[in-house]
Amino acid sequence: MTSNGRPFGTDQQLVSALGTLAAPAPPGLADRVFTRWASAPSRLGDVFVAFTDRGVQFLRPAGEGDADGFADAYHRRFARPLQPAARLPAGVLPALRGRQARALTLDLAGLSEFERAVLAATRRIPAGQTRPYGWVAREAGSPRAVRAVGSVLARNPVPLLVPCHRVVRADGAVGDYMFGAPSKEQLLRDEDVDLDGVRALARGGVRYLASDTTGIFCFPTCRDARRITPAHRHGFRTVSTAAAAGYRPCLHCRPAA
Amino acid sequence: MVDDGHDGTAEAAVEEQWLRCALARDLDSGFAELTRVHSDVVHSVARNLARPADAEDLAAEALLKAYRALRGFDAARIGTLSIRPWLLTILRNTARNAARDAARRPGPPPAFEPSTEQTEPEPAAGPAERAERADTQRRLGALLAELPEAQRTAIVLRHVVDLPIGEIAEILGCKDGTAKSHISRGLQRLRTLLTDTTTTATVTVVGGTAQRVLRSGRTSR
Repeated sequence: MTSNGRPFGTDQQLVSALGTLAAPAPPGLADRVFTRWASAPSRLGDVFVAFTDRGVQFLRPAGEGDADGFADAYHRRFARPLQPAARLPAGVLPALRGRQARALTLDLAGLSEFERAVLAATRRIPAGQTRPYGWVAREAGSPRAVRAVGSVLARNPVPLLVPCHRVVRADGAVGDYMFGAPSKEQLLRDEDVDLDGVRALARGGVRYLASDTTGIFCFPTCRDARRITPAHRHGFRTVSTAAAAGYRPCLHCRPAA
Repeated sequence: MVDDGHDGTAEAAVEEQWLRCALARDLDSGFAELTRVHSDVVHSVARNLARPADAEDLAAEALLKAYRALRGFDAARIGTLSIRPWLLTILRNTARNAARDAARRPGPPPAFEPSTEQTEPEPAAGPAERAERADTQRRLGALLAELPEAQRTAIVLRHVVDLPIGEIAEILGCKDGTAKSHISRGLQRLRTLLTDTTTTATVTVVGGTAQRVLRSGRTSR
């Protein structure tokens, strides 16, 4: 048996075999380290959008500051390097125009389970409708955490894409918004929410609308509630009074669990 | 056996200086340059300190840790940084922490997968030679995993990614002589392990063709 017959028979062979264990970095490595960003038009004017290989991570209006201001805010919150991108991921542009975009993915990796649950519930509110903070808390699995929902939404990393502007106060007021209440009101009116109608109802103590033809009660902005003709429409202040009157909660807007 | 005089040492020094300037000027774009320059060496070391399947995770985690550390450095600190050994020290510590965590939660045994994105050393290599090289890599990778951590790291830094002794000593936090002895003891240990495992079927190369050889007894030197 000569040394040639054995693998790595000499030090030289062993060393050159070790050299073959090197392997260039896969192209995806940089995508896992760097977050890309670009600006895009939206219903709030131009916005800056930061996204990872998993989806959109952060969005802020360009009007708030220049690109440096956006980068500072991003770094403080995520501590990852940013790199300019030539194009945005699929679905971002239609979503920013207020259209549904199934292709849109979000990267919410750094958030707590509760924060993710709040954003997921908020994302389910259809355009043109609103839900109270308490509804989001219940849908997120923590019915008593109403104030916490407000704090989570005030820090929403991806406004517009997760439509926190559709979460309003139970008394009919639009409530706070990270870009100011007027922007919130404008976004809702653009989506055809009848804010004046909702406020008028709230002033009269009505937070739910029921139909005596279907026996169902809804939030006033629910698509089903807007179809109830005045002759068959009944208003209620609470879920329990609506239930006591024999109505069941709508399965679309889910005013009660 | 070790030649410290590397071609391109001066070139590397110029590149390091240029990278330090780029990082001090604008951290994010400087870090993009740093990643471009060093990601191959970081990835090559990562896949030999962790399971190759975890190499990309490990490399990405180490690079992010490096970025976060740089955010806390002022211009003076960046100006005196030896970037490559500093980066590989972070990688080594990240790998050691991951190994410690994995030891607490035992998972499946490590399996070494041969590199698939390997640049072909011989362009004419046919399927048989490629399969054979993959097999050799798998075996060598598995044996490397059996070495003590310092020896394994020293061998990977010296013979897989071809670092000079001074840098290896810096990464291991020891004197040059100690780094050299980690390397030579590691090679010795690898050779012993190789001899021990030749009692099972091995693929060997004779005159460029693959042969399956079953050895019944231990080979003597």
